[in-house]
Amino acid sequence: MNDKYISLANGPLKKIVKTLGLPAPVPLRRFDPADSAHGYLSEPILVLGETAGADALSQLLLDNDFSVHRTPNPGLRYQAIIAAYDGLTHPDQLQDTTLAIGAALRQLTRCGRVITVADAGVVFPHTTDADPALNAVRNAVTGITRSLAHEMRAGSTANGIVLDGVQPTAPSAVAALWFLLSAKSAYVSGQFLTVSSDRGTTTSAAEFAATGQTGPLNGAVAVVTGAARGIGAEIARVLHRDGAQVYGVDVPQAGQALAQTMNSIGGVAIQLDITAEHAGQQIMERVGAPIDILIHNAGITRDKLLANMDESRWASAIAVNISSQLRINESITAATGWGQAPRVVSLASIAGLAGNRGQTNYSASKAGVVGMVAAAAEDFAARSGTINAVAPGFIETDMTAAMPMVPRELGRRLSSLQQGGKPRDVAEAIAFFVQPAAGGINGKTLRVCGQSLLGA
Amino acid sequence: MTQRRAAVLGGNRIPFARSNKQYAHTSNQDMLTSALDGLVARYGMAGERLGEVAGGAVLKHSKDINLTREAVLGSALDPHTPAFDIGQACATGLETVVSISHKVMHGQIESGIACGVDSASDAPIVVTEELRSILLDLSRAKSNGQRLKALTRLRPQHLAPQAPSTGEARTGMSMGEHQAISTAAWGISREDQDALAVESHRNLAAAWDRGFFDDLVTSYQGVSVDTNLRPDSTMEKLAELKPVFGRNLPEPATMTAGNSTPLTDGASAVLIGSDEYAAAHGLEPLAYFRDAEAAAVDFVHGGEGLLMAPTYAVPRLLARNGLTFADFDFFEIHEAFASTVLCHLAAWESEEFCRERLGLDGALGSIDRTKLNPNGSSLAAGHPFAATGGRIIATAAKHLKETGGTRALVSICAAGGQGLTAILEA
Repeated sequence: MNDKYISLANGPLKKIVKTLGLPAPVPLRRFDPADSAHGYLSEPILVLGETAGADALSQLLLDNDFSVHRTPNPGLRYQAIIAAYDGLTHPDQLQDTTLAIGAALRQLTRCGRVITVADAGVVFPHTTDADPALNAVRNAVTGITRSLAHEMRAGSTANGIVLDGVQPTAPSAVAALWFLLSAKSAYVSGQFLTVSSDRGTTTSAAEFAATGQTGPLNGAVAVVTGAARGIGAEIARVLHRDGAQVYGVDVPQAGQALAQTMNSIGGVAIQLDITAEHAGQQIMERVGAPIDILIHNAGITRDKLLANMDESRWASAIAVNISSQLRINESITAATGWGQAPRVVSLASIAGLAGNRGQTNYSASKAGVVGMVAAAAEDFAARSGTINAVAPGFIETDMTAAMPMVPRELGRRLSSLQQGGKPRDVAEAIAFFVQPAAGGINGKTLRVCGQSLLGA
Repeated sequence: MTQRRAAVLGGNRIPFARSNKQYAHTSNQDMLTSALDGLVARYGMAGERLGEVAGGAVLKHSKDINLTREAVLGSALDPHTPAFDIGQACATGLETVVSISHKVMHGQIESGIACGVDSASDAPIVVTEELRSILLDLSRAKSNGQRLKALTRLRPQHLAPQAPSTGEARTGMSMGEHQAISTAAWGISREDQDALAVESHRNLAAAWDRGFFDDLVTSYQGVSVDTNLRPDSTMEKLAELKPVFGRNLPEPATMTAGNSTPLTDGASAVLIGSDEYAAAHGLEPLAYFRDAEAAAVDFVHGGEGLLMAPTYAVPRLLARNGLTFADFDFFEIHEAFASTVLCHLAAWESEEFCRERLGLDGALGSIDRTKLNPNGSSLAAGHPFAATGGRIIATAAKHLKETGGTRALVSICAAGGQGLTAILEA
């Protein structure tokens, strides 16, 4: 449904909103395949920091036809500020770069980007002999990035790329940079993409944004569960846009909508219940080809306070939202049904990270997803693949449209972007994870929530 | 020219719904388009140009003269896909299968869809013959005087709308009343009819339960299971129903709403192609169309029952193909009424009938009832006239594939004293 407040706050009520200090969300810049700038902006990029990473990223940006400044030109607007913190060893070294970001923030264009780049810290319970000061500075950057994301205005976002033993120009670090720079990450803010291996193919900014037969997913066989409507249908459309042949799965009851969605993208409709014992086998039979991409999107809510929770509500949420994913993954693995470098993305939820009243079952299943991808990462890496999760926040769907007004408005405004996301935003994050270039990001959960306060 | 084979590659239908319920405010064209779109989505054929689409409807609006082509244009198929309508009453759906299969076998097309649709809810209502005549004269009138003259012929009773009926044009009798005569003549008992109905519901319900229809049906208008299906149907419940047909006959009336098919809305489609087409599209044939035979009886003057034509078609079909009942794994006999099926079975078991009417040496044989309509038929699913053929062919083809059988016999009776029968084989 349409967020009327956004159009009012950017139209007739603009002055009142400003005077009263009301939330001032702006329409976000979203990816359009017809855009000749490939989803990036025309303004230059300001690269801050005196690090090897800053030099390497500047050269990368120049090679990709971006205009790059290392010191701010006061008369200019910037589409992005990239702050490189790589190689720092002590929190005392944070100050210059961080204050330089602050000084340049007012020059950031509408729907601009701040991207921090830092080495990965280690957190308990990892056993480590890391230097405390070194670890402090690395973790400090996450604090800077998250706080900055809260301070961003006018549709701008702040996110971080975390280098876990890789160079800033590792293929997946580059892909993460293009994703965060581009309109594809419109509703991602206050988040980190951790790159932990040199896997993946290096891609140019333009290649990253290509679509159709030149798209990054060209020729890939992609299965999307729960593909009839809402977020699942949008995932199917975006994977198709990026070149994949899509097989949409949904329950027979959703058959008519599934057929419409699949016909709109030349896809194939597979009607089945993913909780059925042989669902994985049936999917493989119907697809009849190795599965390159699998998106576990199908999910249900069966909300009740735990005191009133019955067995069927509990069991069905667990069965659909997590157990089916485990079983389908296992059966495809057992049948060696994966493609050359399989990519799996599961839908988690911020309810799984933050918990939510009346959703013990749903939160259990969604937190379960986060645990599943973390634990399965090694297994997928052994097959040159990855498995990650995306945790949507408040997304404008039929489900949220049916919410009562007050919780719906709270859901929208209680985020740094002060609005709900669109199914497209979730789909873009998923399409990023399944790109060949993202092979170095594995076992992670990315929130697509506009930095919602829930569970942050 | 060596003849090619025509493979049944898949099917799709919308759930069948009793008339004037869930699909009351939709149309033949919309239902048929949806059935086509479900099939297109199942096999990833969006934007594809198929050889030809054959379809039809029994209850048809005059504006639907090009019904199938219009449905193709509204579907996700390439608009360059040609289409044509045919009609053979309740055999329409099966006749589209025969037509498309023959075109594939002769090499005229590589692929095609056979489909059918019917709505007894959105039925065409026409004006009386008198009013029609007045309106036509009015349109031909050149002066006000002539117009006035035409209008003065108008009487209130001319304004009553004429709904279509299932009555036979030449006898004025409904199909049920016709069948009641055969039912009585063959001495088919109420219990046998009710038992067949219970079996139909039980078999269809079991097929739904095991997910058999997951890749044969696509939901429509919020309906995802045939609405006529009564999984809990029992002999006791059916025994409570009052007879509705044959009440004026000397014999006790036995045909009830429970052992007769209700008026139904629905649409079905079957994808048929050559082996080459199947291989090129990675599709595994479910079954092959082998042959078909139509027959007609003189129910007006010839003393044969209206729905008995299949009993004449089947022996001719078997003879031409050198087959007997023993060569078939199962039989799909359309249940217009439970007693229709039972009359057919009784006729084939009758020495006298087979000798005198069919010109055979003896009885054609009996059909093992466990091999009859293994996934239920029209008594349970309902019978949207032109959509029944597609339902049966897709169901039978998938059942043949699933059970590893070699051959299935399909038989459908139709208004006008006609019948169409066909053989599917592995």
